[in-house]
This record gives sequence, C-alpha cells and structure tokens, in this order.
Amino acid sequence: VGCPLGEEAVDWCLYQLNGAAQFEVSEADIISTVEFNHTGELLATGDKGGRVVIFQREPESKNEPYSQGEYNVYSTFQSHEPEFDYLKSLEIEEKINKIKWLPQQNAAHSLLSTNDKTIKLWKITERDKRPEGYNLKDEEGKLKDLSTVTSLQVPVLKPMDLMVEVTPRRIFANGHTYHVNSISVNSDCETYMSADDLRINLWHLAITDRSFNIVDIKPANMEDLTEVITASEFHPHHCNLFVYSSSKGSLRLCDMRASALCDKHSKLFEEPEDPSNRSFFSEIISSVSDVKFSHSGRYMLTRDYLTVKVWDLNMETKPIETYQVHDYLRSKLCSLYENDCIFDKFECAWNGSDSVIMTGAYNNFFRMFDRNTKRDVTLEASRESSKPRAILKPRRVCVGGKRRKDDISVDSLDFTKKILHTAWHPTENIIAIAATNNLYIFQDKVNSEMH
Amino acid sequence: MSDKLDTDSRSEQTGDEKQDTQEKEAVVPERTEEAKLKAKYPNLGQKPGGSDFLMKRLQKGQKYFDSGDYNMAKAKMKNKQLPSTGPDKNLVTGDHIPTPQDLPQRKSSLVTSKLAGPENHVDSMDAACGVQDHN
Repeated sequence: VGCPLGEEAVDWCLYQLNGAAQFEVSEADIISTVEFNHTGELLATGDKGGRVVIFQREPESKNEPYSQGEYNVYSTFQSHEPEFDYLKSLEIEEKINKIKWLPQQNAAHSLLSTNDKTIKLWKITERDKRPEGYNLKDEEGKLKDLSTVTSLQVPVLKPMDLMVEVTPRRIFANGHTYHVNSISVNSDCETYMSADDLRINLWHLAITDRSFNIVDIKPANMEDLTEVITASEFHPHHCNLFVYSSSKGSLRLCDMRASALCDKHSKLFEEPEDPSNRSFFSEIISSVSDVKFSHSGRYMLTRDYLTVKVWDLNMETKPIETYQVHDYLRSKLCSLYENDCIFDKFECAWNGSDSVIMTGAYNNFFRMFDRNTKRDVTLEASRESSKPRAILKPRRVCVGGKRRKDDISVDSLDFTKKILHTAWHPTENIIAIAATNNLYIFQDKVNSEMH
Repeated sequence: MSDKLDTDSRSEQTGDEKQDTQEKEAVVPERTEEAKLKAKYPNLGQKPGGSDFLMKRLQKGQKYFDSGDYNMAKAKMKNKQLPSTGPDKNLVTGDHIPTPQDLPQRKSSLVTSKLAGPENHVDSMDAACGVQDHN
C-alpha cells in the first residue's frame, strides 16, 4: 500500500518534533508560517503570538552520525506585537502572516516578517569573539579605579560561546490599508512586494518611508467589490514578472516593464467554470489560497479549497494538471460553511525538482502528488502515528463502500486539526509541517541514513 | 452473512453501472449541500462571493471605540448606572457605550515560543534534552 513517489520510492519518517503536547496549546503558540531559507540550512517559523523561531541544520559530523541534519533552535525573537489603531478603530494582530528569507549576501542572514500591517527586515548575526583587556573597564564592564591603571594595553579578541543576535534593520510601516497576505522578495535582491486584499506595493529593501503601488483593484464604489487579492509572488528568475491570485480563482501575471501600474495584466489564467457544477459554494471553493512558482519558473502551483493545480505559464486557458486533495468534502460543504472551515487557507509547495507537490488537509493529514507517476499519498503528522525513524504509513479516507482496516471515515475527520502551512527543503527531501502548535520535520529515510 | 456476500459480488458485476450512478451523484453533492444551507438560512444572499462576504473579510479586526462617547459616559456615570458589557465583549450595540476597558486587552507574548523549548529529538527521546544555550 506504500505508494512510491518519484524515481526512487521516498519513505518519509519523522525526524524531529517540536512544540508542546496538545493539552498545553495556547492561541499564541499556533504556528502561522514556515519557511526554509535558500540553502535549506535555516528554517523559520512564525506564530500567532508574533514570535519567530529560527532553526539551523546541524552540519554533518562523523562523531555523531545520528545528529546530522537535525534542526536545532538557532534563535528566537518577538517580531511583532499587538497594536490598536485608534484612528481607524482597528485591532492589529501580532500574528506573523509570512516570513521570507533574503538570499544570503554576507555572513549575516536576513529575513522579512510581516503581520497584517507592518513588514520588518531582521538581520541575524553571529558573534563568537569578544574583545578583552580594556584599559578603563574591568571584566564586568565596571569602570576601573584609575589609580590602578599603570600601563596601557591593547584589547584582544578572544573566542566566546556563540551568540546569535537579531536586530530589526528596517520597519516598513503604513503601506497598507487592508490586511497583508503575502510578501515576496524579487530576484534582484533589492526590492520586494507586499500584497493586501486590494493592493500590491513594491518596496526597496533600504527605503522605508516610500513604497510604490503597482496593483490597485479597489473599485471606486466599494459596493462594486467582487474580488480580492489572495496571494502573490515574484517570478524566481525574471525580476519584472509577478503573479497574483484572486478570490474568484484567477491568476494574473503582470509585467512591471509594460507599465508602472500593473492593473492590467499581461496574462490572465482562469479555468472556465463548468455550469453544471455551479452552486452557492462555487466561488468560495475556487478562491486561490496560495500560489507558488516552480523552481524552474515555468509553472505555477495554486491551491483552492479542494484541489491543487499546476499551470503552465504558456497556457492561460486552463491548468495542465489538477489534483484532488479531499474531494470527499463536497458532500460536507454545508457544515464546512457553517463552521467557517470552508474559508481555511491552505498553502502548497513544490519539491526541489518540481516533480512532487505537497499540500495540507484536515485531521493533520497532508498530501503529496507525484507529477510524473501520477501517484498520490496521504500522510499524517501526529504524535501517535509517528514513531521515531519508522516509515510513515500512508493514510486513507474512506467514503463509504469498502472500508479497509485503518481507514478513517469522512465523518471522523477532525476539522480543528488543519495543516495549513508546509514547506519543502529547496533541494533535499526534507519537509516541515506545521500542525497547529507543533512543528514536524520529516525526512526521506534514505537521506537520513546515508551518512 | 450471505446477503452481504451477494451484495459485494453484485457490485463487482455491475461496476460500470455503479460508476455511472456515482458520476451523476458526483454532480449533485454541492447542490444538496446548498439546499441544506438555504433551508437553514433562508435569508442567505444570492451572491456569496459578492460584497457582503468580502466586506466582512476586509473589516477583520474592526472594534469600535469613540472617545466622545467615552467621556460623555464618564460624565454621566455619577447620575446613573450605565449598562455594562454583556458576555459578548465584541458586540457593540446602541445601548452600550464602549470603553477602553471593554476592548480586549492583548498583551504581547512575554513567554518564549514553546518551539524553542526542550526539543523532542526523535533519536534521543530517552535522554533529557537541554535548552539551547547560545540564545
């Protein structure tokens, strides 16, 4: 029953689990975003409490073969705090919506983190040396009694325990009237964009008092509002191209070289709706919750409520591939609307070679689809079903009819256990799965045993 | 028991037929769900993706506080007892004057994230794990 994925079968096993046990969950601990940096050496998580935790992968070590590849806590800091905008009577959550890493350009690491309103640039540096032997200060930093100073010495740098320092280098505030849902760093490494429900702004990483509006879909009369921006991303290689998705299920590719204001798209990707399927829920479930360019830059991956779709940039009329994530929910849409689950925003991810795509679902399940073999698998991120180093067993949801042992029925699914945020290492088969307040890191068994 | 077996074999034989029925039924679930919803909420708008639903999304986080009302209320406090907030602090009605105290106080997290706490390393679950000291 194990479904092989890719050229060689990938057996996923739990490598690491961080976070408190279920009964200790406080709202602030709920993970709201997960992101690997460009090399995969660092993994950042953001939570509802406005905190960021950065994990660093242990380098290979011959002395401790089992600790190779472990992600240890590298740093943690409070990125955003709750605010109240008295002028607009608006409560601003400290929840971290997105984290994006900047490509590393020197010894320091930098990342952008954003809540609903403010984007911040953080610089993460290491300090492993400390000057010692000051003339006027003693070891504790207290001023010396000058009468005891009889000679002049030159302070020397001595090694010290590694200290990781995080400082806010830029604060990009007041750029958004509506709630920021995405940020994306441009391949030029100088600019980035931030998107809210109705507008997209372009910023220069070094300039905080100005931003350039590149998309504005706010109607003159708000009564005419029919569509909002749900996600956006820069093309990985072409610095002039970006895509944004809408609540109506369409994607718009924009070219910043074509015009200063990109309200008019260069390409519109939209799948025509099947009129026989039209229902009250159609528009809601077609809303795109996430869009990601493939590493190659040739394709885009979108997630809507029930499917993940692969789009070819060269074909606007329909996606080239559509994968059902949990089609069995079609007969549950009424209750999912009532409990608001129908508005859950799931993310999606590509693997390093763009051959496998992944997305989360309910009951702490997550799904992977192999684009080449067309096989898919459902796996579970839970303490009970993840024994150390044991290969994850594929799960199955049964929809009536034959029921196999270990199948779970649709009615038994726990809709409070949703995997909204997932990330795939840029090159290796290592995935980070956020299950409410827990962070799971799964690795390919072959990968982890290789050293 | 034998009935069950019969059913199974019957469904295998008429696999094609069953599939057809299933395909027809597959078109229906959303409509059935829609009918259920409309039965529960007859006043539900015709355009679910339209203005109302989107406006609600845009207005997330809106709380109402009027300093004028607050000061007027404070001045009147001496004369009459003002209605206090009901169980739902978020509901602001005409009778209730919102005050700064009513706005849910949201403190920032002084507590470190539990993700940064003692880790459950899969390979060292038996041993105690220490907190990273280089933070």
